[in-house]
Amino acid sequence: MQELKRTALFEKHKILGAKNIGFCGWEMPVQYEGILKEHEACRNSAALFDTSHMGEFFFEGNLLFSGINEATTIDVLKLPVGKCKYGFLLNENGGVIDDLIIYKVSEERLMFVVNASRIDTDFKAIEKCLDNGVFTNASEQTSKIDIQGPKSKEILQKLVPFDLDELGFFSFAESTIMDTFALVSRTGYTGELGYELYLDNEIAPKVWDKLVKLGATPAGLGARDVLRLEMGYSLYGQELDEDTTPIEAGVGFFVQYEKHFVGKEALLKQKEEGAKRKTIAFTTNSKRAPRHGMEIWQNDKKIGFVTSGTFSPSVNSGIGLGRVESDLFDKDEPLEIKTGRGSIPIFLTKLPFLKKD
Amino acid sequence: MAKRYSNEHEWAILEGDIATIGLSAYAVEQLGDITFVELPEIGATANKDDSIAFIESVKAASDIYTPVGGEVIEINEELDDKPELLNEDAEGTWVFKLKVSDASEFETLMDESAYKAYIESL
Repeated sequence: MQELKRTALFEKHKILGAKNIGFCGWEMPVQYEGILKEHEACRNSAALFDTSHMGEFFFEGNLLFSGINEATTIDVLKLPVGKCKYGFLLNENGGVIDDLIIYKVSEERLMFVVNASRIDTDFKAIEKCLDNGVFTNASEQTSKIDIQGPKSKEILQKLVPFDLDELGFFSFAESTIMDTFALVSRTGYTGELGYELYLDNEIAPKVWDKLVKLGATPAGLGARDVLRLEMGYSLYGQELDEDTTPIEAGVGFFVQYEKHFVGKEALLKQKEEGAKRKTIAFTTNSKRAPRHGMEIWQNDKKIGFVTSGTFSPSVNSGIGLGRVESDLFDKDEPLEIKTGRGSIPIFLTKLPFLKKD
Repeated sequence: MAKRYSNEHEWAILEGDIATIGLSAYAVEQLGDITFVELPEIGATANKDDSIAFIESVKAASDIYTPVGGEVIEINEELDDKPELLNEDAEGTWVFKLKVSDASEFETLMDESAYKAYIESL
């Protein structure tokens, strides 16, 4: 077995008593003191996540003539400088190679943030679209720290030299933290007010310590998964994969059809003919949690499976996402999931599971 | 009272022919924050090592296997509303009680030092 990679913050996690798991080739903290406590910190105060395993690429060149704007569903020409956007890297069939965020750093410079497990695949797929320009993988030397929660702004404000109120949702600034370059982005994977910090590996442990000292609670991948699922956000490998289109995954509304991109014809065809599979969101209305891979049944037929499931502390119920066969699925008939120990009834709901404001 | 442990990380205390069963601190630590306990039915009978109950944490789910066979005579209903009691004190929180069918089964379980060595070997 290949040895697991460690982030620049590994020693910090060790001191904090993190319980680690192997995740996409990385040894990452799944929890420190407990998922519930870390989840609570994020919803009511501020939580800190090490997401350095994620990948960062840079493109420098002509955005119009290099081929970069055809690589993903994101229209980088329309994207204003200082803003970022969520979208997909697709194969010719419209299947999702990865979901990603593109940052427009300048009229000639982009940053791509991708999933850890897909770094090599993504890099090759994007590179294939390019006729010119300089495309580099900066994942190895880049750390990423997410601070998320209602108190994240007041904590982070103490470390950045500009007014964080100037940063709108899905906006970012190139700035400094502790006298070192940092890209500060008003984004996150939790549904809370929050920021994602892109830092050099050298400075990341110092920034981490400082944010902990200022009151942010270290939180692991366990809490992160619950927080994202409460918002209904997709996770690559569960809701999204190369055999599933954004339409089937219920995230088609992120696709920008006004320009060309790899996989567009397949998506347009699917839009016209109707997708064979669709994504549903459901609760158990009980403490029972759906789990990834459980079968979804309706009218004594297996119609699909659970892509993600957990117990949600905010909703106080089991919540889940599932992919079902469109022909077999009837939104008005009772649904259940099969577990090793009998069935659990499930109830369709609208996303997000956690209704805010 | 001597406490014994099973390979599946349940503990048992035997008083007369009544066994009190719970989950080891190690088991609960591995599961993380407990959110749900499905208790057995009173009157249900089970053989040693049968799955008799079920437990879920935020991130995982697991069967509870009875370390000795017998008939369920009492269940800790407090766990219905407060499954987190197991996180607070696993070794002091019982889950169910059995009238054992064969007390010698208890003797096959590990004592505390053997269990400690067992979990260190995992």
